Amino acid sequence: MSQATLEDDEIPSYPGAFAPERMRRVNAYGLDIAVYEWGDVSAPPVMMAHGGFDFARTLEVFAPLIAAGGWRVISWDQRGHGDSEHAALYSWDADVRDALAVFDSVTYDPVPVMGHSKGGSLMLVLAEACPHRVSRLVNIDGLPAGARSPDIADRERIRLMADTLTNWLDHRRDAAGATRKPGTIDELAERRGRMNPRLSKEWLRHLVTVGARRDFDGWRWKIDPALRFGGFGPWRPEWTLDRLMAVRVPMIGMLGMIPEDMGWGTKPDDLRPYMPAGSELFVFEDSGHFIHIEKPDEVSKIVLDFLGTP
Amino acid sequence: MTEYLVHNKVRLALHLLESGGETQPLLILHALGLRAPAGIEAPLDAWRGPVYALDFTGHGESTIPKGGGYTAEVLMGDADAALGAIGPATVLGYGLGAYVALLLCGARPRDVMGAILCDGPGLTGGGPAPGSPFLPAVNPNAVVPPDPWALAELARDIRPEDYATNFLRQATQFSELEHPVTVCAGSRPPWLEAVACEPGVKCGSLSEALDEYGQA
Repeated sequence: MSQATLEDDEIPSYPGAFAPERMRRVNAYGLDIAVYEWGDVSAPPVMMAHGGFDFARTLEVFAPLIAAGGWRVISWDQRGHGDSEHAALYSWDADVRDALAVFDSVTYDPVPVMGHSKGGSLMLVLAEACPHRVSRLVNIDGLPAGARSPDIADRERIRLMADTLTNWLDHRRDAAGATRKPGTIDELAERRGRMNPRLSKEWLRHLVTVGARRDFDGWRWKIDPALRFGGFGPWRPEWTLDRLMAVRVPMIGMLGMIPEDMGWGTKPDDLRPYMPAGSELFVFEDSGHFIHIEKPDEVSKIVLDFLGTP
Repeated sequence: MTEYLVHNKVRLALHLLESGGETQPLLILHALGLRAPAGIEAPLDAWRGPVYALDFTGHGESTIPKGGGYTAEVLMGDADAALGAIGPATVLGYGLGAYVALLLCGARPRDVMGAILCDGPGLTGGGPAPGSPFLPAVNPNAVVPPDPWALAELARDIRPEDYATNFLRQATQFSELEHPVTVCAGSRPPWLEAVACEPGVKCGSLSEALDEYGQA
């Protein structure tokens, strides 16, 4: 254990971070989904979907800024993430369905919807599948690049895919007994820092205290150990881009231009031809993928301007 | 005899339909909405090794999980759990099971000693590209298999031609067999038509395929 390690009872606070004002559970077709709210319960609702391997409480700075603008911000932990139930099965469609169960718990009227990264793409699907439930759309670095991967020889590509598949199947064979590795707050923050290299140590420590649980042998991230990065599947970026063109509600998109592993590497010029008429794209040259965490004041101002008077 | 395997949070039923020890096992993967057969009939009765049949997640005696989330890829994980239990095997898939057999053959090319793709429900899936998205509604009170989420989700599972042929090419690149895949299905949805046209794929009858792989 390093000298700089925080003791368990030294729970760090983070300036500007506010815990959700309300927490509740929603039953999504038998699966227990954790829901969080910031802002006055009687204020007009705005929904926010987090990205993959994140959780709703990563919004503890951004969501209160939107709530301060007069909105009731509702977010939820996607299945297997945060305090939501670990599922036997995970899929894009199931995530969209779970989201709609949360929407149903708030209102059946159309609502403004925000999403970051994977959450942004999920909300695009929801906006096309259920256009009557979405009044405005905010996508924060969750729009894919249309360009294909750089050319690599066919045999090499096959080998890379074979390695990915073998690793995935080996992981599945061991998933039943898998647990997350325990550690101190600092150790978990350091691990997450590999995914979020641009975010401050103080923020990452804060995330541990709201996204991990304290067991007898240390802290553990709550996310289902069966989930893992990367993967494979038949999904194509152009399918999402086609969805984008189908959007018929006011929409803004944001792109963080500093490349990082969790980002999607989307270039504005690749995206602009697909943006729906009347939409606007905000490009942050000096931000990575987590724009709403790196620049919460700037992003919340853009969002509040876009949402208009509550 | 039925053995229960664990794949993540799901208990899978793997049925031994026939014992025998002269060649590698035959693993049967059922079609969408069905379950492992209770026994074997001709021409499977000519197989000289043990014959197993798996119930996929949400089917037969396997667990029905909460809230759906089915993909063909996770069923490949089911089939791989069976392969882990019985060792290298020839895999015979019907309908949805045929697609899963192809995926498994590409992902475990040294352990699948031939994949045989036959007709059955769920062979087409959702086609090569997504249609209009919709959120299916199912009967939340259904308590007997098959899981209605499995029926709803695996009937619209997207199967692009080049995605399927990538698995096939992995099989041909890494398998020791000259023809790691045999197509017996008469129906040819786009993914299967693309696979059937690739080198390393044989088209023929089930009897011929069993005979070839049984000699391997």
